[in-house]
Amino acid sequence: MTQHTPLYDSHLAANGKIVDFAGWEMPIHYGSQVEEHHAVRKDAGMFDVSHMCALDLAGPDATRYLRHLLANDVAKLTTSGKALYSCMLDDGAGVIDDLIVYFFSPERYRIVVNAGTAEKDIAWMRPRLVGFDASLIVRRDVAMIAVQGPQARERFWTAFPVARAHSVTLENFQAAEWSVDKNTWLIARTGYTGEDGFEVTMPADDAAAVWKALLDAGVKPCGLGARDTLRLEAGMNLYGQDMDENISPYEAGLKWTVDLKDADRDFVGKSVLAGRQCNVRFAGLLLLQRGVMRSHMKVHTALGVGETTSGTFSPTLNQSIALARIPAGIENGSEVEVEIRDKKLKAKVVKPTFVRHGQSLL
Amino acid sequence: MNTPANLKFAASHEWVNTEADGTLTIGISDHAQEALGDVVFLELPAVGRLVKAGESVAVIESVKAASDIYAPVSGEVIAINDAAVDAPESVNADAYAVWLFKIKPSDAAELGKLLDAAAYEATL
Repeated sequence: MTQHTPLYDSHLAANGKIVDFAGWEMPIHYGSQVEEHHAVRKDAGMFDVSHMCALDLAGPDATRYLRHLLANDVAKLTTSGKALYSCMLDDGAGVIDDLIVYFFSPERYRIVVNAGTAEKDIAWMRPRLVGFDASLIVRRDVAMIAVQGPQARERFWTAFPVARAHSVTLENFQAAEWSVDKNTWLIARTGYTGEDGFEVTMPADDAAAVWKALLDAGVKPCGLGARDTLRLEAGMNLYGQDMDENISPYEAGLKWTVDLKDADRDFVGKSVLAGRQCNVRFAGLLLLQRGVMRSHMKVHTALGVGETTSGTFSPTLNQSIALARIPAGIENGSEVEVEIRDKKLKAKVVKPTFVRHGQSLL
Repeated sequence: MNTPANLKFAASHEWVNTEADGTLTIGISDHAQEALGDVVFLELPAVGRLVKAGESVAVIESVKAASDIYAPVSGEVIAINDAAVDAPESVNADAYAVWLFKIKPSDAAELGKLLDAAAYEATL
């Protein structure tokens, strides 16, 4: 069954080219994916991310529950609105999903999970509430718009001047609730592009008007195509491509999100991770010859064969980049060969973060 | 959509222009460039290569995906457009102004199998 977000008609009106994404009819681009990409790097673009699923967790045991459920530790969140990126693991330490959790109080959190995994996530999370005094509410009554780019916040405030006071002091990875009439919006300084900006959650009924106001403020509509090239340049993982249930966070470059500091904290997957020998590393690849790397291409290294997990053409760098799992001993700066169709093309191993805030990191 | 009446087409989305000397100039259709999205890379055949009709001879990559380009007829590749290789995005700007390669056909009968503009549009 195909689903539409509250902004579906807005996408059609903006001439969006619609594709199926995890059961959702979403815009892949509105004309030129590359122009949309540059708009986010240089000015401001917006993405409908309402297909992602917001979940509200509330109750006296909310914190205890999340400390058990997630590989990252929500106990480090002490300022209201602060957000945390985490993996949710299964008993074998495979990644069920990656998500962002926003802290409002030790008894109240907002969690945002991926579109394609939402049902699976909820089916995993609900039975694990047994023994915890907390409830999980699925918020399909909201829409989410990501406004991203160096001018994103200014353009958002141009469209919604009253919101400035509520969001101007937000730090990176922090959100604030904002009461509009009788509804609550969430303005979060988060994103999936490597640029500054907000992810704004609002009642579904308000979404089309918000989209229009941002359009009038000069924010360019951007599709899933640009979202993918932007996140790849920023070195951010995509669930289902760079990791899944067969991959632990250690094999996906996400060790930094696994918090083992509190020895007394027992989270799902911890015991398996503790004993795991990791003989692969997650790396960035920069193609040194002409061509485009895609996912699942073989990477020939001095220590054996690896595989690209995501690959594309980087509009900012004007060359192909990829994320890859390669043998652990291969250092940054090494030269490897990527098998593209019938050819082996040279690539350089780099840190898996290519572009941030409009600048190449290479 | 733009489908010039003076050109012939292959169902695999190449356009073919017959030059005065009987050689064929080949590119991809406007429909093809539109479906591909932003083109970022072209890999064209070696000059002198003998190709068969329907054989994959070139690769066009957009940000989205890689696609093969097929020889519309059999013959010898006699020229490739290096300017297009250097500026792949020009294919998006005007697919009919940017040729990719030229073929000297070896079997005139194959030309009759190509589609005219109306027949090509009917396949879309």
